[in-house]
Amino acid sequence: MQLAVWTYEGPPHVGAMRVATAMRGVHYLLHAPQGDTYADLLFTMIERRSARPPVTYTTFQARDLGKDTASLFQNAARDAVERFKPQALLVGASCTAELIQDDPAGLADNMGLPCPVIPLELPSYQRKENWGAAETFYQIVRHLADTSVRPAPREGRRPRVNLLGPAALGFRHRDDVREVRRILDLLGIDVHLVAPLGASPDDIRTIGAADFNIVLYPEIGDEAARWLDKTFAQPAIRTVPIGVGATRAFIAEVAALAGVDPALALDDPSSRMPWWSRSVDSTYLTGKRVFIFGDATHAVAAARIASEELGFTVCGLGCYNREFARDIRGAAKEYGLEPLITDDHLTVEEAIAAAAPELVLGTQMERHIAKRLGVPCAVISAPVHVQDFPARFSPQMGFEGANVIFDTWVHPLVMGLEEHLLTMFRDDFEFSDAAGPSHLHGSAPSHSKAEPVLAPAGDILVREDAAPVAAADGTLGWTNEAERELRKIPFFVRGKAKRNTEKYANEMGLPAITLDTLYEAKAHYAR
Amino acid sequence: MSPAQASALAASPRDGTLEVLRERGQREVFCGLTGIVWLHRKMQDAFFLVVGSRTCAHLLQSAAGVMIFAEPRFATAIIEERDLAGMADCHAELDRVVDRLLARRPEIRTLFLVGSCPSEVIKLDLGNAAQRIGARHLRSETGEGVRILAYSGSGIETTFTEGEDACLTTLVPEMPAEAADAAPSLVMVGALPDIVEDQFLRLFGELGIASVGVLPARRAGALPPVGPNTRYILAQPFLGETARALEDRGAVRIDAPFPFGADGTAAWLAAAAAAFRIDEMHVNRVIAPGRERAKRALERYKPALEGKRITFLPDSQLEIPLARFLATELGMVPVEVGTPYLHRAHLAADLARLPAATRISEGQDVERQLDRVRADRPDLTVCGLGLANPLEAEGLATKWSIELVFSPVHGFDQAGDLAELFARPLRRRDVLRI
Repeated sequence: MQLAVWTYEGPPHVGAMRVATAMRGVHYLLHAPQGDTYADLLFTMIERRSARPPVTYTTFQARDLGKDTASLFQNAARDAVERFKPQALLVGASCTAELIQDDPAGLADNMGLPCPVIPLELPSYQRKENWGAAETFYQIVRHLADTSVRPAPREGRRPRVNLLGPAALGFRHRDDVREVRRILDLLGIDVHLVAPLGASPDDIRTIGAADFNIVLYPEIGDEAARWLDKTFAQPAIRTVPIGVGATRAFIAEVAALAGVDPALALDDPSSRMPWWSRSVDSTYLTGKRVFIFGDATHAVAAARIASEELGFTVCGLGCYNREFARDIRGAAKEYGLEPLITDDHLTVEEAIAAAAPELVLGTQMERHIAKRLGVPCAVISAPVHVQDFPARFSPQMGFEGANVIFDTWVHPLVMGLEEHLLTMFRDDFEFSDAAGPSHLHGSAPSHSKAEPVLAPAGDILVREDAAPVAAADGTLGWTNEAERELRKIPFFVRGKAKRNTEKYANEMGLPAITLDTLYEAKAHYAR
Repeated sequence: MSPAQASALAASPRDGTLEVLRERGQREVFCGLTGIVWLHRKMQDAFFLVVGSRTCAHLLQSAAGVMIFAEPRFATAIIEERDLAGMADCHAELDRVVDRLLARRPEIRTLFLVGSCPSEVIKLDLGNAAQRIGARHLRSETGEGVRILAYSGSGIETTFTEGEDACLTTLVPEMPAEAADAAPSLVMVGALPDIVEDQFLRLFGELGIASVGVLPARRAGALPPVGPNTRYILAQPFLGETARALEDRGAVRIDAPFPFGADGTAAWLAAAAAAFRIDEMHVNRVIAPGRERAKRALERYKPALEGKRITFLPDSQLEIPLARFLATELGMVPVEVGTPYLHRAHLAADLARLPAATRISEGQDVERQLDRVRADRPDLTVCGLGLANPLEAEGLATKWSIELVFSPVHGFDQAGDLAELFARPLRRRDVLRI
């Protein structure tokens, strides 16, 4: 048993719902107890969809247990097909139905339903949401793709691709598709099919007509892409165009495979991020320590942007989806980091506190951790809350995505000029710690409260009247003088200074931390 | 339906004139686990540990929204593949998880092991586990233990607010027995927001009811005594099992409509006062100011709501008393009032006050019910969040129902707020020009 308050991923049948909801003409019959319909509201509220997800639940109750659940399932299947007339019916079980061992596939098979039935085996006690989405999409493609369909001869037509992976409840999937379509349009490449988002079973049948595939989200699209490569000899592009560098690499790869000129898309005048990052106001971003956590695809992309395109120092890198841990391990090695592969939010919280970053890039969960620790944060990956399904155009991919990312990540940081002012006038009443950075408004972290559980990076317990205060671990105390000096250090680097000083004092075996210790440590850690 | 519920229904007087549309099919409702979201706020030293699947954890975090981060006192022990391999292993794992949890949270006085669909289906005996673990966690040095209780919040057995019913039922045997010569006392049953609870306690005090306890109490040690001299009054309509458990210990229910609105609250208080033989003149004097205030507050909303047709989809069992309030105090016209479960005896007073033309439905076949909503085209539909936006997109104004469970809505001084919850979506519909 795993003790959990927060889970980064839902159960695998939620992944299947994400695929079914993304598509048109599909219905998902889910053998599930009363109550599992809660998942509907993820789609109607977080993604603000205006229609119910195309999911029918058998909603069995205790009194139905026994042989009744099987007939309940068949009745529900009949009603759903009758009412919704889907082009294809997905059938599967949620975690509880998996235990009662009705066989949705067999039950539906015997009914002679007037549409293709695609059974889903989603082991709820081993796998999670992303896996469920990938498996569902793969099963749909495998069941429906017409293997006799092949691309038309290349002469006299534009190259044609499938975009694989975008789904319902995907972080910025809607706008990423639009942005990638724009790139492909500039290159003179046609999009044959986007799937699962917006595709119907009839569309899926023709999937073989494209020249190659672009896997936008490997977590959802890769399984199907591998099968398509094997079955149709459709190569797949796996470079995810998040960030300027990755977008350029993506364009080059796509252009090479399609036999077109990459310059058509590379010289996009709307790509402002490289200049923004070079402008002098961004000098202050140099070496900012950033901790990155999310799904592997977004985390790896973020790490590259952070280090190569914004000049940050990546001080932590991890993902929650084990299936793609290899990508994280590879990237972590590049930055000389220990990869953090975990779905336990407490472990992530500890790692963030230990790394003492100046910026956290993560999921909704890291947003809350960062808030507790008083560290600025931006969201780069699902799971996300309603505010990260925005009304405005906000892709992560392509050059416009890079523009969006620059704004999103830099916004929570204290901008250069303000940082300078805070340092210069830190004793001025208007620039005091308590005032906080102006752009964080009412949500500015309070720097007067001591965090009882974890020693937060941006905080210290200061008491003017007290004798040296014992450090949180009980090893060392600060003299009043040293403490007052520490307080003069801007709050966003104070945590690091405090930790470094204590570490230094411990290593040197000093009995207490004095003013001198503070500056000795500063010199020691200066690079 | 559990056997207990069935017997409660059989025991209730059948009203021959009351026709109820009963349906079975897909139910778009929460399971009882959701009750944890408000119960843990009420019981300040209790922790709720769900023994379930990743789905259960996912449900709780979806329902709890951002609250999940404020040092929540609930969590899920997620059953994994290896737990399903053998039962003994499962119990050992649960012990390990609970030990770890209690070591981390020494301030916890009551731990609820909450059963889920998976734990019920694999027949994990949580009652037994509660006893076993409870015996180990008796803190003999302080004479104080962690009370470990078990109930089921599973979807196969409970719908939404029935989770609270199941939870409170486990607390009833923990209530101390009243002294043999105890004076008559009152217990108010059902978790209410603290501010509402305090208002009611003040009013009971002014009425002259000397000894009033609440279930659940804010702290584990503060459970009121119970016995044959105890009268109890339900503040919530979904407490059938809790009521039965209280009656098993000799307590007697005070029959009353539920305290929504000016008249509903007045009738509820008056019923309690009558059970304690308090002089009617005095009762009227005590109740009058609050009742007048509530009526004034409701007057403001009457123009917006009067004559408007409203349909409730089943969710919390609050539907019938709320429909009664909207019909009798604000002049709304209930079209269909759906409830997940209808306890006829407890709701008799509210049912009697509903307009005769009201269609009452119990249970749900969501597709057919939505067909009826589309045919009826009520001015306002009260429904869950999974249905609200899709119905809005079809041009039907909605009020999402879960807010009625989380917001302070009982009593005199919340009557206006309660009306506002229904008036706001209609007003918004009128102001928007896009």
